[in-house]
Amino acid sequence: MIRDFVYLKASSVKEALGLLEKHKDDCKIICGGQSLLILMRQGLVAPENLIDIKAVKELSYIKFSSNAGLRIGATTTHRDIEKSSVVKKHYPVLIDMEKNLASIQTRNWGTIGGNLAHADPAGDPGPLLVALDARVSMANKERVRTLSLEEFFIDFFETALEENELLLEVQVPPVPPRTATSYEKFNLIKNDQGIVSVAASITLDGDGLRCKDARLVLGGSAPVPLRSKEAERMLKGKKITEGLLEQVGNRASEEADPVADIHASERYRRHLVKALTIRMLKKAWEQARILVQ
Amino acid sequence: MDKQLLRITVNNEYRELYINPKRLLVEVLRDDLTLTGTKRGCNTGACGACTVILNGVPVKSCSVLAMQADGAEVATVEGLAEGGKLAPIQRSFLDHGAFQCGFCTPGMLMSATALLKEIKKPTKDQIREAIHGNLCRCTGYNSIIRAVKAVAEGEYREKVR
Repeated sequence: MIRDFVYLKASSVKEALGLLEKHKDDCKIICGGQSLLILMRQGLVAPENLIDIKAVKELSYIKFSSNAGLRIGATTTHRDIEKSSVVKKHYPVLIDMEKNLASIQTRNWGTIGGNLAHADPAGDPGPLLVALDARVSMANKERVRTLSLEEFFIDFFETALEENELLLEVQVPPVPPRTATSYEKFNLIKNDQGIVSVAASITLDGDGLRCKDARLVLGGSAPVPLRSKEAERMLKGKKITEGLLEQVGNRASEEADPVADIHASERYRRHLVKALTIRMLKKAWEQARILVQ
Repeated sequence: MDKQLLRITVNNEYRELYINPKRLLVEVLRDDLTLTGTKRGCNTGACGACTVILNGVPVKSCSVLAMQADGAEVATVEGLAEGGKLAPIQRSFLDHGAFQCGFCTPGMLMSATALLKEIKKPTKDQIREAIHGNLCRCTGYNSIIRAVKAVAEGEYREKVR
């Protein structure tokens, strides 16, 4: 049963920030509410004030420029991203991720900002956007600040957002040349949340033979989307072989910090991290090689 | 708790009512407007039985605050038939035996209606994708997919007119 709350509707960023400042001691922001309403129904979240930003249209946009990259406003729905031709052209991996995120109904109402601010470690956009080196901007009444998405995720369902701050935008930099990114989750029912997910990004060097840079991000494997930095280091400057991938997979599996829950044991999650790491690195590697040719 | 004014157009009929803002769209549709065609299934956004079309797109009405539909247009299963005549998609569901217990049907019909509005001639895969968020435990889905496909192929165009 949802507990009573005072419903406050904002129709602009300015209005939302004013309401946040006023009610910061006990409030929660709702946009699509596809995750939040479930928690509220379970009584796990019971704010005194609920600030609704669903109608804040100025944060619903997808913009791209070859210099600045992609900018997605916080109230943009998953479905808008999925259907965006500019995203499809420049960041096709985002489309694949969105198509496998929950159901059409959920994607029609749920938003990218809500998903990231909810900070469920099993969420899909988090690991992939960290692999794409995304940044997020947020504001309070006084100022705007920007953080890398990696810094934004602090703990299980916890972000760097302060109590009077509103998430404004996700910024994805232009993809460096000779770079490919892949993402996949492992689940038992298609479009369910992943038990474990892995995002891998590989940049090849000029001759296309060696790995110049790599980003490997694990989802559902730690309290936050976790960059497997030691595994990344093992790839840099190397030619990717089956043998190296096996070692990198093992390393990522060790770096993961999974918990056991109803879906999987810790040991099984580590096994999945290794399997998906190898699979995703191979996929990114093969795609990057095609780009070089 | 202060009740709030909700102005909502449901099946082309404008309504105004005062509600506790914590109420979900499915509750207002069923309990206040007595539109019980929309089903309350899992109440967690998993089953799709509560699917309605909100400002042109299918959503799960158990996962939307009614207040978020303020000023919006909602279409429910009750709005599909016109002048006492079943819509093509409803006729097709009947002809293809696209239900057994019928609990998922209103949601299925709304997802199918939204699909057919968006894509005139969807492929089987596109139909499968469109009803992915709607669970059916009776049919095994094949008859539902056949029913949607038949409408897409234009089979029901003249029968209804």
